[in-house]
Amino acid sequence: MARKKRQVSIFEPALLRTAVADSFRKLYPPALARNPVMFVVAVGSALTTFLVLEDLLHRRAALVPLWFSVSVTLWLWFTVLFANFAEAVAEGRGKAQAGALRKMRKESTARRLIPPDDDREMEVPASALRKGDRVVVEAGQVIPGDGEVVEGIASVDESAITGESAPVIRESGGDRSAVTGGTKVLSDRIVVRITTNPGETFLDRMISLVEGAARQKTPNEIALHILLVGLTLIFLLACVTLVPLARYGGLRLPVTTVVALLVCLIPTTIGGLLSAIGIAGMDRLLRKNVLATSGRAVEAAGDVDVLLLDKTGTITLGNRMATELLPAPGVRIEELADAAQLASLADETPEGRSIVVLVKQAYGLRGRNLQELGVTFVPFTAQTRMSGCDLAAPAGALASRERRIRKGAIDAVKRHVTEQGGAFPAETLAAADRIADQGGTPLAVADDERVLGLIHLKDVVKSGMQERFARFRAMGIRTVMITGDNPRTAAAIAREAGVDDFLAEATPETKMRRIREEQEKGKLVAMTGDGTNDAPALAQADVGVAMNTGTQAAKEAGNMVDLDSDPTKLLEVVEVGKQLLMTRGVLTTFSIANDVAKYFAILPALFVGVYPEIAPLDAMRLASPYSAVLSAVIFNALIIILLIPLALRGVAYRPLGAEALLRRSLLLYGVGGVVAPFVGIKLIDLLLAAVGLA
Amino acid sequence: MTLIGWFQILAFFLLILALTRPVGAYLYRVFETADPPLPRLLGPIERLCYRLSGVDPTVEYTWLEYTAALLAFSAVGLLGTYAILRLQHLLPWNPQHFTAVEPTLAWNTAASFTTNTNWQSYAGETTLSHLSQMAGLAWHNFTSAAAGLGVALAVARGLTRRPGPEGPKTLGNFWVDLLRATIYVLLPISIVVALLLVSQGVLQNLSPDRALTTLEGGRQVLAMGPVASQEAIKMLGTNGGGFFNANSAHPFENPTPFTNLLEMLLIFVLPAGLTYTYGRMARDQRQGWALFAAMAVLFLGGVATLYWAESHGNTALAGLAGLATPPAGAGNLEGKEVRFGIAASALFATVTTDASCGAVNAMHDSLTPLGGLVPLVNMHLGEVIFGGVGAGLYGLLVFVVLTVFIAGLMVGRTPEYLGKKIEAREMKLAMLYVLVFPLFVLGLSAWAAVRPYGTSALNNAGPHGLAEILYAYTSGGANNGSAFAGLNANTPWWNSTLGLDMLAGRFFLIVPVLAIAGSMVGKKVVPAGLGTFPTNGWLFAALLVAVVVIVGALTFFPALALAPIVEHFLAAAGKAF
Repeated sequence: MARKKRQVSIFEPALLRTAVADSFRKLYPPALARNPVMFVVAVGSALTTFLVLEDLLHRRAALVPLWFSVSVTLWLWFTVLFANFAEAVAEGRGKAQAGALRKMRKESTARRLIPPDDDREMEVPASALRKGDRVVVEAGQVIPGDGEVVEGIASVDESAITGESAPVIRESGGDRSAVTGGTKVLSDRIVVRITTNPGETFLDRMISLVEGAARQKTPNEIALHILLVGLTLIFLLACVTLVPLARYGGLRLPVTTVVALLVCLIPTTIGGLLSAIGIAGMDRLLRKNVLATSGRAVEAAGDVDVLLLDKTGTITLGNRMATELLPAPGVRIEELADAAQLASLADETPEGRSIVVLVKQAYGLRGRNLQELGVTFVPFTAQTRMSGCDLAAPAGALASRERRIRKGAIDAVKRHVTEQGGAFPAETLAAADRIADQGGTPLAVADDERVLGLIHLKDVVKSGMQERFARFRAMGIRTVMITGDNPRTAAAIAREAGVDDFLAEATPETKMRRIREEQEKGKLVAMTGDGTNDAPALAQADVGVAMNTGTQAAKEAGNMVDLDSDPTKLLEVVEVGKQLLMTRGVLTTFSIANDVAKYFAILPALFVGVYPEIAPLDAMRLASPYSAVLSAVIFNALIIILLIPLALRGVAYRPLGAEALLRRSLLLYGVGGVVAPFVGIKLIDLLLAAVGLA
Repeated sequence: MTLIGWFQILAFFLLILALTRPVGAYLYRVFETADPPLPRLLGPIERLCYRLSGVDPTVEYTWLEYTAALLAFSAVGLLGTYAILRLQHLLPWNPQHFTAVEPTLAWNTAASFTTNTNWQSYAGETTLSHLSQMAGLAWHNFTSAAAGLGVALAVARGLTRRPGPEGPKTLGNFWVDLLRATIYVLLPISIVVALLLVSQGVLQNLSPDRALTTLEGGRQVLAMGPVASQEAIKMLGTNGGGFFNANSAHPFENPTPFTNLLEMLLIFVLPAGLTYTYGRMARDQRQGWALFAAMAVLFLGGVATLYWAESHGNTALAGLAGLATPPAGAGNLEGKEVRFGIAASALFATVTTDASCGAVNAMHDSLTPLGGLVPLVNMHLGEVIFGGVGAGLYGLLVFVVLTVFIAGLMVGRTPEYLGKKIEAREMKLAMLYVLVFPLFVLGLSAWAAVRPYGTSALNNAGPHGLAEILYAYTSGGANNGSAFAGLNANTPWWNSTLGLDMLAGRFFLIVPVLAIAGSMVGKKVVPAGLGTFPTNGWLFAALLVAVVVIVGALTFFPALALAPIVEHFLAAAGKAF
C-alpha cells in the first residue's frame, strides 16, 4: 500500500524562506507580548536602539563606543528574531500541510434530500449544509461533509485524510458508518446524514490544528511560563538595582551593557523555544498520522501510568494461526496432516489458510489436483459449526465409500462422530483441554466416524511485543490487555505477550469500570477504541485515541484520532508526550545553567573600569570588556538557533526509569549547560578579537 | 587551619546528625499524634490553656483560616511589644530608669522580635528595662519560634496529607501548634538549658548594674539582668537577640567553650530534627533525609569556606610588628574572642547565619572579605540551611517545589512531588515567595546606597560600606538579625525601612507558602512508580543544592560582586577600607 509521505524536512529551503519572513512579522508587539520573556528582550532592544539613535543625533560622548552599542543592539534584535524564527519554523511544517488540506476543501456541491419524504433531491453548495441534512453521494463524487452513512454501502477513498491509498468500506449501521468530508466515493451509492456544520468539520479542525491557529498554551506550558516570568522579574530586579549599587562606588553603568546583562541572564533559550517545542510535539504526532485535538492531550500522554490495549490487532495478530497437529491415539501424523489439508483447502478464512501453510511447511504436503480427487467442499455453517469436504470414492471402489472429512470445534465434531457411531477418544479430549489452558483454540479433525486428531490454533503474539512492553515497564507504565476471551485464555496470552495485567470477558461496562478504578487510584489512563460503545470509555480515559475507521461518536469522544487506525500507535503517542515534556525540562535546565558563565563574562567587564583589581574574576580571560559583553550576547542569541533542531526533534527518549533518565539529562544538559557557554563565549571572543572587534 | 579546628567542626556536625532522629521523633509525637509526651505533667497545662482561651483543639483550619490566625496573633504581639517599649518608663522592673524607647526604634524592635529576626538597633543593656526584655521581647522569642514551627507543620501537612479531592482541605489548628510548641518543646528545653548556662557562669538576676573596681584600680560598670533565661530561648528559637549588645561574644552570655557548643547545638537542633519529623509525616524517612543532606552539604561548604578564609588571615598585617609576613597560622583574629578561637568562631558565624538565628560570638564586620561573604550568601540562599525554627523547612520546601518543577520534566512526566502534581497555581506562589526577598533586600539596599540618609550611617567607605548596607537589609529580610555592625542603624530611616524589610521577609513569605500548602493538600495522589521523579535520593539532594545555590547566588551575585568580592580583590592588592 502506498503511503503519502507526511514527512517534511526541518530545513527545507522553501519553508525556511517563509519562516524568515514570519520572524519579522512576529515582531508585531501584541504577538510578542504572548511570550513575556521575549517581550522583555524586545523592549530592551528597543531601548538600546533608541540610545544608539540618540547618540547619533546628538553626537555626544557616549559611555561606550558606538560600534559596541550598535553591535549589541543588533544582536539583541537577532535574539528576538531567532526566537521568532524557531516558532515560525515549527509552524511552517504544519502550515505546509494545512495548505495541502485546504486544497481539498474546494467548494463542492451536494445533493440534498428534501424532507420529510426524502424522495426529491436538490443541488446545494456544500457550505450550505447543516447538521441533520441528508445527502446522496454516488460513485465518483466527493462526500460534501462529515456524517454518518444511514443507507447503503460504498467503498471510499480516504487517502486525502489518512494518506492510505487503499479504499475502505463504509456502510450504514455498525462501527463503520462514519464518513469524512472531502473524501471520495469510489463505488455504489450511499445516503449520508450530515453531523457537523460548515467550519466545524474534521477537515476544518485538522487544518486549524496543524496550522497551530487553535493552539492554546497547555497547563504545564502555563506553569513553565510562570517560572520563566518569575526568573525574568528576579533578574530584572538584580540588573535594575545594580545601577544604583554601582553608583555608590562611583561607577556609572552604561544602559546598553545593563540591558545586555539582563538579556543574557533571563531564560531566553527556553523562552524562545518553548512554543516551538509545543508545536513540534503536535507535529511529531501528526507525522505519525495521529491528530491530537489539543496540546493538553499530548502532555497528558507523557503522564500516562496505565495503557489499556485491545488484544486483537494490538497485541496479537488479528487472527488465530495453526501451530501444531496432535494426532489421536493410533493415527499417524501424516494421515492427520493429509485430512487437515483436505478440509482446509477451500477454506478462505485466515485460520483455514494458516492450516494449509502449516501442513505445507511441516509435512511437505503441497496442494493437489482437486479435480482428480473429486472433492466437494462443505462450507462452514452456523448449524454444523464445521467445514470440510466430501471425497468421491476412488474409481473401482464401492460407491458408498465416500469419505466425509470435517474439522470444527470439539463439541461439534464430537456430536458429528457420535451420530455416525464413532467415539471421541478421551486422550484427545484431554489434549484439547490442555490447548485451551495454554490460551489456544483446539480444532478437531474427523474422517467419517474416526477422530484423527487436533489442530492447535493459537493467538500469535506480534513479534517484538514483549520487548515493547518491557520498555513500558521500565518507564513505569503498566499495560493492561483487554479481551473478550475467557480468563484462562486471556491469562495465557497475557503471560506470553508480557503485559502486566488483563481484563478478560471485557464489555464496554467493565472497560469503563476498570478505567474509573485506575483513575481513582490517581493514575492516568490511555486507551484506544473505535466502536460507538467505546465512546464513553474513550471520553473517560485521560488519553483516548480513536481509530479513524471508527464511528463518529468514538472520534468525538477521544482526544486523538489515529488516521492509520493502528492500535499499537498508543505506544508511540506516549513516547511523543514524554519527549515533549523532557525537551522542555532539559532546555529549561540548560537555560538556567548557562547563566553562571554569563555572569563571569559580563560582571568583571562591567566593573573593571573602576576596580581594575577585579580582573581575576574574568575566568575566561576575554580580550576586552566590550568583547566580553558582546560575546555573551552573541552566544545567547546563537544558542537559540543551534537548539532549534533539538526543540523540533525532541530529545531522544530512552526507557531507563526515572532515576537513570534524570542522571543522564542532568549530566548532559545541567553540567553541559554550565560548561558550554564558557567554551562558546571564549570561542566567540577569540573570533571577535581575530576580526579586530575587541 | 588546624586539625583540632576541623575536628571541632566535624564533632559539631556529628552531634547534630545524632540528635536529628530523636528530636524529630519527639516533635512528631508532640504535633502529629494524639498522645504527646509527659501527659501527667504537661497535659493538664495544655488543657487548662484551651479552657482559658476557649480554643477547641479538635477544630482544623483551612490554609486561609490558619494564615488569618497567625497574622492576627502576630499583629497583636507586635502592637503589645510596641506599647511596652514606648511605656517602659512607666512600668516596673526598670532599675536603671531608662526612658521610653524612641518611636522608630520601638517599631523596629517590635517588628524585629515579632518576625523572629531579633535585629537590634539598640544596645540592650543601655536601652531596655528588665520588663521590656522579659515580657516585651522574650514573649516573642517563644511565640515567633512556635509560630514558625506551626507554619512548617502546616506546610508539611499540606504536602503529605491525603484527604483526596473531596476530603477536608485543612492544615491543622494554629493555636494547638502554637501551644504545643511552647509547652512541650520550647519551655522545657529552655528551662533545662538556662540552668546549665547558669552553672557555666551566665548571669540570672534582676539587679541594677553593678559598679566595680578593677584590679588596676579603675572603675567598671557591669550590666546585670535575667540573662540565662533569655539566652536559652534566644538560641533554641533561632532568635538571636542578645541581652547584651555584644551578644554571644559577651562572657556573661557565653562564657565557656562548652556554652559555645551548647548554644550552637541549640540553634540547629530543632530545624534539623524537623527534617526527620517531615520524613515521618511523608511516610518515607528518606524524603526527610534528602532534605537534611541538602542542608548538610550547604552547611559544610559554608563553614569550610569561612574557616579557610579566616585562617589565611589578613595580608594587611604584613610589615607590622617588624614581621615581613603575618605569623604563619595566625589567621584573622580581629573581632574574635580568644576563648573560642578561629574554628569555633567560624563555625558559630556559619551556624547563626545558616539558621536565621543572628546571635554572634564574633564580629562579622571584622571577617575577611571572603569570610564575610559566607554569612551573606547563607542568608541570600533564603535561610534554608537548617534555617530558622520552622522557617528553614518551609523555605526549603518551596525550593523543593521549584526543583521538582525545573528538573521533574526531564523524566518525561509533568512535575509531581510526593505524588501530587505541581501546577500553575503552585508555581505562581513559589515564584512570589522567591521574588519577595530580593525585591526588598536589593530594592532597599540600592535605595540606601545612593541616599545620604542611607550612607551617613556607615562607618566604612568603599565596597566594605556597601557590604554593610547589603548585610543589614539581607539580615532583616532573611529574618536573621545578625549585624555586620559598622553601621549605625539606629536612625529613623534605617529603623523604619529595616522594620518593613523584616515584616515583608516574614509574612510576605508565610502567606504564599501556606497558600501552596492549601492548594496541595487536596490534590489527587499518584502512586509512585518506576517512572516517578525520585525525591528521596542523593541525586535529588544534589539537585536541590544546585537550585538553591543557583537561584540564590544568581540573584545576588551582581550585588555581591560589588561588595565583598571586589573588596577581596582590592584587599589582595593592598587596599583596605
